[in-house]
Amino acid sequence: MTPLVVSVVAAIASVILIVVVLELIRSRRLRERYALLWLLTGVVLLALSLWRSGLNTIAGWVGIETYPPAVLFAVGALFVLLVLLHYSTVISKLHDQNTMLAQRLALLEQRLRERG
Amino acid sequence: MAEVVTETRPAGNALAAVRRIAIVPAFNEEECVSQVIEEIRAFDPDFDIVVIDDGSTDATSAAAARLGAHVVRLPFNLGIGGAVQTGFRYAFENGFAIAVRVDGDGQHDPAQLGLLLAPVLADEADIVVGSRFATDGGYRSSRSRRMGITILARTLSAIVGRRVTDPTSGFQALNRRAIALFAADYPHDYPEVEAALMVHKHQLRMTEVPVQMRERSAGRSSIGALASVYYMVKVLLALFVGLFRKNVTPLEEVK
Repeated sequence: MTPLVVSVVAAIASVILIVVVLELIRSRRLRERYALLWLLTGVVLLALSLWRSGLNTIAGWVGIETYPPAVLFAVGALFVLLVLLHYSTVISKLHDQNTMLAQRLALLEQRLRERG
Repeated sequence: MAEVVTETRPAGNALAAVRRIAIVPAFNEEECVSQVIEEIRAFDPDFDIVVIDDGSTDATSAAAARLGAHVVRLPFNLGIGGAVQTGFRYAFENGFAIAVRVDGDGQHDPAQLGLLLAPVLADEADIVVGSRFATDGGYRSSRSRRMGITILARTLSAIVGRRVTDPTSGFQALNRRAIALFAADYPHDYPEVEAALMVHKHQLRMTEVPVQMRERSAGRSSIGALASVYYMVKVLLALFVGLFRKNVTPLEEVK
């Protein structure tokens, strides 16, 4: 069985994550599009922290018998991986767009210069 | 493009005095955009027309330029919000007093622009939205989409405290106050719902008028069923967070 204190601490941490993400959106430092995965992470971790019997059941499914809270680490790590992968695709797209912008700008400048 | 019976009032002399522009966002609409431009001119030949080509890979820009529209080509696809805001910036920087938005896919019928313009010209509204659902217009769309629109309409109506029937309609007319606001800040992806919240928070006057929209004649709808759910969640989140946001400053007039 998951120790109560682990559940409480994990729940508090999840709530802090959700609140921080919402505040970042509110202050326009994070776009909704890039916040959804973080919020999903927070909500899933919060649910698993509070739903103690569920956490034990899932631990049973994946063969973690000695220490059910390990599932929290595993799920957290999985979501962090997802977020990182998502950001890698975002960075790749930004890189392509940046290249295109630089090329357009350089060509535009060249055209302006030649017109004198 | 299917003909629909339209009910329009002539724009009258009030329109003749003001500088006005039609903003036409278009993404791969080479087959439709020419007709949209011609229909806007048929409604009123004195409309300036700016086509915002949102990174099309077809001949959208060429088709629009051939008809003498102003063409702004975005270097890559920004999505509808970024494209439309480009149009608002163009309208603001070039001193237009009134702007209408007519989508380049032909779903908005320029013959109905008179309905949108009347409240703006009479200074009864800062932004007028053409609604498909204000009357029983018999507009058909997919079930998931209709359900999404209903949820958004209810949420938005509750927030702004008056009935909004078509929160995702992009068929709009705006005066310079509204142009200045949206030139400064405009939402992304699925912008009209959040824009309505901005309008409410900035205490601009927004009204809906009933219009009929056409079925899309070419191209494909930009929103599938799964994407609808994603956008729903995103827009609801944006609405919720938007309630707690500080207002942006609209662009200032340069004296």
